Amino acid sequence: MKRNYLLSDSIISPMGFGTRENLEAIRQDDTALKFHQNTGFPGNGGYAGLIPEKIINEHFKEIGDPDIYTKLEKLIILAINQVLDENPGLDIENTGLIISTTKGNIDQLGKKLFPEERLYLWKMAEVISQFFGFKKKPVVVSNACISGALAIKTANDLINAGRFSHAIVAGGDLVSHFVLSGFQSFQAISPQPCRPFSIDRQGISLGEAAAAMLVGPTEETGKEFVEYIDTCTSNDANHISGPSRTGEGLYLSISRLLDHNKVSVEEIDYLSAHGTATDYNDEMEAIAFNRVGLKDVPVNSFKGYYGHTLGTSALIETILTRHSLLNNELLASANFSASGVSKPLNIIKEHRHEELKLVLKTASGFGGCNLAMLLKKVVNE
Amino acid sequence: MSNSLYIQDWVIIRAGKVIRNSDIIFKAAHDKKLSSFLKDIYKNRKLKYPKFFKMDTLSKLGYLGSEILFKGEEPAPETALVFSNASSSLETDKAYAETMHDYPSPSLFVYTLPNIMLGEISIRFKLRSENIFLISEFFDPSLYLDYSGALFQQEKAREIVCGRVDLHNTDYDVFLCRISPDKGIDFTEEELKKLYLPTHE
Repeated sequence: MKRNYLLSDSIISPMGFGTRENLEAIRQDDTALKFHQNTGFPGNGGYAGLIPEKIINEHFKEIGDPDIYTKLEKLIILAINQVLDENPGLDIENTGLIISTTKGNIDQLGKKLFPEERLYLWKMAEVISQFFGFKKKPVVVSNACISGALAIKTANDLINAGRFSHAIVAGGDLVSHFVLSGFQSFQAISPQPCRPFSIDRQGISLGEAAAAMLVGPTEETGKEFVEYIDTCTSNDANHISGPSRTGEGLYLSISRLLDHNKVSVEEIDYLSAHGTATDYNDEMEAIAFNRVGLKDVPVNSFKGYYGHTLGTSALIETILTRHSLLNNELLASANFSASGVSKPLNIIKEHRHEELKLVLKTASGFGGCNLAMLLKKVVNE
Repeated sequence: MSNSLYIQDWVIIRAGKVIRNSDIIFKAAHDKKLSSFLKDIYKNRKLKYPKFFKMDTLSKLGYLGSEILFKGEEPAPETALVFSNASSSLETDKAYAETMHDYPSPSLFVYTLPNIMLGEISIRFKLRSENIFLISEFFDPSLYLDYSGALFQQEKAREIVCGRVDLHNTDYDVFLCRISPDKGIDFTEEELKKLYLPTHE
């Protein structure tokens, strides 16, 4: 079977427009989660990761007309544009575009600033695709909070099916009043910046961001690459809005993935978890990780930096995981205080360097969905 | 890749009719609203799953489609779900948005993702299997072939239910088919198109 690699990427977030800027901000312990008033929070405001449209437009006007694209379209276009700039030789005719989003342009619902059609995720994908002149019809993955990583799996599988030579996986979601009010109705929003896996965690923080990644084969040799190994998903078959108490789906997706690829837990150097900082989610993950035997593997959640970026989160976290592998660098799990889950985890408390080769990325979401992905650093001979 | 896979059974719920493997098994009474039509299907099939009444319309469509597809038999636990539609959960999104300025409804908000339907079907049939929800403007058989083909090739599914469950205003469209390596109708773009849009209704 053909092997595909995570070749190039971009993160557009409140912490910076570009992966390098984002990595640098994380190393400086910066955070996207700032206090905002008048953003749909009840009372006196709250913490979220927001990107002002004015700043987006300053970047966007260099490549297009900011008035004819929605905020989210501009963010995703900026991310894809960076990846294309880094890969001038890419055969755009045979490259697929895979969009990952949960809610797309939902902030435009009822506003009438753009044609109503833009609320359709396929239409948003088409608009983004046409901006760059992709020839292949874009594919849209909308599978709650595992979408970003599921889109990478989709890219790998569709390349191997011969549909595309390469694929750009691009994701984005906004902190809309729609999403914020919904999570508030669940009483899931933390009054403070979220604290994944911590004893004092009080729920999630929301963040907005876009990201893009080039996936495909490479003929370049003599340097290190991050190879996509495999992904498994599993539904909890338990509840549509709450995770399984036993972590069944996450446990199954990880254990099937390891069995399938004949990998033992001892070989895994790092685990990039979902870690939303809700009571139930983090507890579920701790249980699932312990059932698989991952309690000693260094683990973090990136939600303390970005908040939960929904359909983008697993894509951003995979990008950061790729760079952790290439840089032999473990990044601290931001805002961690002391363990607040019932099973032991080896939470990364400070940034440090360590030799990394094989890593695991996981994600879980509404609808009972769970995903586990294996990535490996290789030197192409 | 897909030439060793076959379509076993299929279901269409469209324009007031329920069709299973080419047979019309239920017709709506004249001028019935969608909600009453779906309730009538539930009663006609003698289903006993009270959770049905809590679901949003999109999930009801997906749930009913899968009940009729499996015909009361429990599917293999490794039955993967590969679904798509054009409108995501937009109907429920609009219903939720009506509530969000006053008293946001958590029971509506939870249905504002299309893959919730996969969760509902997984819960009903105890499927802890591979799931994906894709969005495409039109019925795109090649997506099912490519994605399902990879799941079989990688030995991640024994059977797959793939298809489309869409709801837009009052227009609804359900087409689900069960795919496995057992002999049946060829799992090809051509056959999928024929089954999706039968010319002799």
